Amino acid sequence: MAEDVWILGITMTKFGKHPDKDMVDLAAEAARGALSDAGVTMKDMGILAAGNLMNASAGIGQQLQKQIGQTGIPVYNVANACATGATALRTAVMAIKAGECDYGLAVGVEKLAGAGLLGAGGGSGSSGTHYEPSGRYGAVATTDGRIGTTTMPGTFAQIGMEYGHKYGGTSFELFAKISEKNHAHSTLNPLAAYTKKMSLEQIMGDVMIAYPNTRPMCSANCDGAAAAVVVSDSKLKTLSLEQRKRAVKIAASVLTSDPWQEACQILPDVNTLTRNAARQAYEQAGVGPEDLDLVELHDCFATAELVHYDNLMLCEEGGAVDFFNSGAPWRDGKTPVNVSGGLESKGHPIAATGIANIWEVCHHLRGEAGDRQIQGAKVGLAHVIGLGSACGVHILERSAA
Amino acid sequence: MAKQVPLVEYLVLGDDPHLTAQECTGCGARYFDRRNACASCEGDEFKKVRIANEGILRAFTIVSLAAPGVPVPFVAGIIDCGGTSVRANVANVEPSPDNVSTGMKVRLTTFAIGTDDDGVEGIGFGFEPVG
Repeated sequence: MAEDVWILGITMTKFGKHPDKDMVDLAAEAARGALSDAGVTMKDMGILAAGNLMNASAGIGQQLQKQIGQTGIPVYNVANACATGATALRTAVMAIKAGECDYGLAVGVEKLAGAGLLGAGGGSGSSGTHYEPSGRYGAVATTDGRIGTTTMPGTFAQIGMEYGHKYGGTSFELFAKISEKNHAHSTLNPLAAYTKKMSLEQIMGDVMIAYPNTRPMCSANCDGAAAAVVVSDSKLKTLSLEQRKRAVKIAASVLTSDPWQEACQILPDVNTLTRNAARQAYEQAGVGPEDLDLVELHDCFATAELVHYDNLMLCEEGGAVDFFNSGAPWRDGKTPVNVSGGLESKGHPIAATGIANIWEVCHHLRGEAGDRQIQGAKVGLAHVIGLGSACGVHILERSAA
Repeated sequence: MAKQVPLVEYLVLGDDPHLTAQECTGCGARYFDRRNACASCEGDEFKKVRIANEGILRAFTIVSLAAPGVPVPFVAGIIDCGGTSVRANVANVEPSPDNVSTGMKVRLTTFAIGTDDDGVEGIGFGFEPVG
């Protein structure tokens, strides 16, 4: 059995617009912040895993080393859709579990402010004035908007509508209320991109993007970075009491892709792989959904948050609407969900998200979350999903030291 | 009559327009694109099968923001055609939540999407409400 791995240091930058900072500046701020938080330096690191999606070929890991410390360690540049950050963290965790090193650094960074609509490139085929079949569907013209949609807002809107069709109880207003919750939560998070409370009327009356998601119900494109230093259990035992007290145990680290299901190549199936990841994570950690003191889940759209209550088994199968209506996912509810404000309000700098949500959970487990502290938090779960698909689930536990 | 070409190869034109899929002869999984192998069972033999022209709208969205050149709003949906899921626009309907609902019966319809420089007419498809 491979030894346990702990988070020793973790940080996130303010999410939002950073016109004066480039991608490396943001990554460096997060990485150096995490090293400082951990009380270690680049010289201690045995591996660097660096995530960036929109410039995946740029080699962000090596660019970062050139600014903060070139020590010759292996660098893994990873890109895995919206699960990129979680994948970077898991890469470092795996290196420690494999016994290759005692310390690892994982970084995720994205410059996305003003990026607009993502996923609109879906149409294959020629768009000129000569109809010539091309691509895997033999399309003679662009297909997005002609054969349904593959844009992110449209896809996740349908995923929420499909849940409503299957189990009932959903409405435009219900989805807007989920967004209302996350925008209310972010008022307590100084690192969130948006910290203004929004009324249900404001949310429902805002610009429609893809029914039933209006603009504030969509994740906010913004800049940001997050980084974590991970350490082996045996090395942690040699560190100071202060370091051991603030260390957070990675009780489960799971990455899944979607197993084939009828329709999964027509409308992405974000449910099966999330449920599979959650099941594996609960088993690894030896905890159940009822043990979670807080959950940061991938609310890339309000419609997505609803289905993941169910996929992460925070409620009974088919019971996500009742779960929300009971008040459970509000910060004073039974299972607080996205107390950071979530992707809709904290923001979604893609590759940073999968580490930033773990930072949020760690922040509470360490008792350092200030005004938004979930009192007595011992166990939390962080979830991300990238279309394609990739799902990362981490379960984190407070140190007993 | 002008020469016609389907928007995608899995749309069959003529007197009886319909969609076709590649069905894995091993496990029955269906796909609309060119295949290397079956994602479900790894088999590599496929046969062409006809997809039912009628189905049930299982999910939809009304897209108001799209890439430049894509006319909005439009209704995009997922249709369950006798057990095979199909992605398509919902056609011939006012794009408003009052007029579209999951569970509604729809059927295949085809229409011209334009004409190229050689005078060839492109034909697309959608699903329209029944009755």
